[in-house]
Amino acid sequence: MSYVTKSPWIIHYDGSSCNGCDIEVLACLTPIYDLERFGIINTGNPKHADIFLVTGSVNEQNVNVVKQIYEQMPEPKAVVAVGICAASGGIFKECYNVMGGIDTVIPVDVYVPGCAARPEAIIDGVVKGIGVLAEKRAAMDKKPAIMDKKPAATVQTEDNEEA
Amino acid sequence: MGKRTIIPFGPQHPVLPEPVHLDLVIEDEKVIEAIPSIGFIHRGLEKLVEKKEYTELVYVIERICGICSFGHGWGYCHAVESLMNIEIPERANYLRTIWHELSRMHSHMLWLGLLADGFGFESLFMHCWRLREKVLDLFEKTTGGRVIFSVCKVGGVRKDIDKADLKEIVNVTRGMEKEFRELADTFMKDYSVKNRLAGIGVLSKEDALELCTVGPMARASGVYLDMRLTGHGVYDKLGFEPCIETAGDCYARCIVRIREIYQSIDLISKAAEMIPDGEIAVPVKGNLPKGEFIARLEQPRGECFYYAKGADSKFLERFRVRTPTNINLPALVKILQGCDLADVPMLILTIDPCISCTER
Amino acid sequence: MTEKWRIQNFIVIEPAQLIEKVQDLKADGYRLGQIHCTKISEGFELTYSLDKDHILTNLRLIIPEEKEIMSVTGIYWPAFIFENEMQDLFGVKFKHMALNYGGRFFKVSQQTPWNPKETEGKAE
Repeated sequence: MSYVTKSPWIIHYDGSSCNGCDIEVLACLTPIYDLERFGIINTGNPKHADIFLVTGSVNEQNVNVVKQIYEQMPEPKAVVAVGICAASGGIFKECYNVMGGIDTVIPVDVYVPGCAARPEAIIDGVVKGIGVLAEKRAAMDKKPAIMDKKPAATVQTEDNEEA
Repeated sequence: MGKRTIIPFGPQHPVLPEPVHLDLVIEDEKVIEAIPSIGFIHRGLEKLVEKKEYTELVYVIERICGICSFGHGWGYCHAVESLMNIEIPERANYLRTIWHELSRMHSHMLWLGLLADGFGFESLFMHCWRLREKVLDLFEKTTGGRVIFSVCKVGGVRKDIDKADLKEIVNVTRGMEKEFRELADTFMKDYSVKNRLAGIGVLSKEDALELCTVGPMARASGVYLDMRLTGHGVYDKLGFEPCIETAGDCYARCIVRIREIYQSIDLISKAAEMIPDGEIAVPVKGNLPKGEFIARLEQPRGECFYYAKGADSKFLERFRVRTPTNINLPALVKILQGCDLADVPMLILTIDPCISCTER
Repeated sequence: MTEKWRIQNFIVIEPAQLIEKVQDLKADGYRLGQIHCTKISEGFELTYSLDKDHILTNLRLIIPEEKEIMSVTGIYWPAFIFENEMQDLFGVKFKHMALNYGGRFFKVSQQTPWNPKETEGKAE
């Protein structure tokens, strides 16, 4: 895997889903699939993280949580939407409390399909995310001013102090 | 007297794979009160009965939760079959029981892993999850899916397990038993593990009854309660007796689940031996679901209700699930009162919370 | 072993009898399994499922939409989970709840989504 040049840390948040993808994300970290062989570590702190792994769709209650985690992550950052619920709402799209995929609130870089997404697919998605990170890094180097201002896609939230 | 402080716990918290939020009122290091609030994963999928036909709804219901997915599919089919007066073939009943017990094994191993992670025993966590993958491989081989199977349907099951595969299931699970014994010994005998679990979060039998707890949580407090005793599936033919512990602490809850893994392995072997030949499904053409029925199932986390009300049309009038974690939440609130702040993650884990189930 | 799962025992009662019935059942050693609500044309159809020795007993009552009903949290404290849920999702009104979240138990995008006709159309 010569194209894996960086060891990004991931933060995982489970949106409104069945948690099938969620346990598959955890399964990725355990000995059979072992994401850690790429130096990828699951962290609980958004400020340590490079890749935001979201499973499940967005609803009224967790929309601010998702936005807050995204905003607290340092640049460059990549968002990987795992599973069909995170991509579009999936089987729950018609439910009254589901707003839709993750891309309705934050920009998504990589979509991982599947219901539930298989660990192999999740690993592929994360590795793709590393590529996105590299591109963003290069863009930042070219235009250092981007460091100073917030990305255009960031949405304002009322309170940022908790989480 | 210390000062009272409120600490918000969750929704995004390193120890929780799923989002739940608790407001902990603490005085010095002791928790005085815990107030849960939920809704982070609420989807409102019960309302999809208006949009999906009863035969399609099984896919939605399976996706209530990715850990107990098979049980949810079974519970739904069981309720709808009862509305339509369908008797499913014996072989289908056996197959459902085998898959359900496999689910229980993988769910309990997952939980043991999370528990180990919770008290900081990383390698034990890894080993539990490594072993769990073998169950998932069996699922993949027999149903095609790892966490969502879609193998239950109204009237029976979709796939048969042939003789060779049944033999493999028995061989693999028996092989796992040996490996698991090593892990179980660590959980049961290791000094540091015992130190974190024994005597923590005690729920007395009286409280367990008063707070209407279900599943391993109730059984660890000495309550004789297991929905497998109601005779659904083929449990009565397999000679089932629930695992009961009396201490009521975190350690007892851990032991109950460990014993249930061994028990599931035995049940699977017995079922594989006794399974009769025959059809795996009956056709469901003709009558439509009408009337109402409450089916109950013992999920890995405890008793689960499936209420179905038919309207003599392709769409059910109402479907409701009451999941085990839902009714175990009051008991969690109770055991959190008076515990140390450092034990909070441990206590939350030992009720084996499944938030996706709770909020549907 | 008998097939206990077949036994359903639906008992229709008047709303005024609820507390007394539930108290009787609790004294008999019953455990509260669940409470749920169905929206029907006359109002709400409530079902209280209680269990003893793995056999279900279901109390069934029908109340008009506007009517307040006595909370059973005084008898079975865990009922607060179900009553708050029904309050948030259906708009059933309960009297004397031991723990009332006041509509904040489930935070949903519309008020009482299962009973939408009386909502004020707020989507916040």
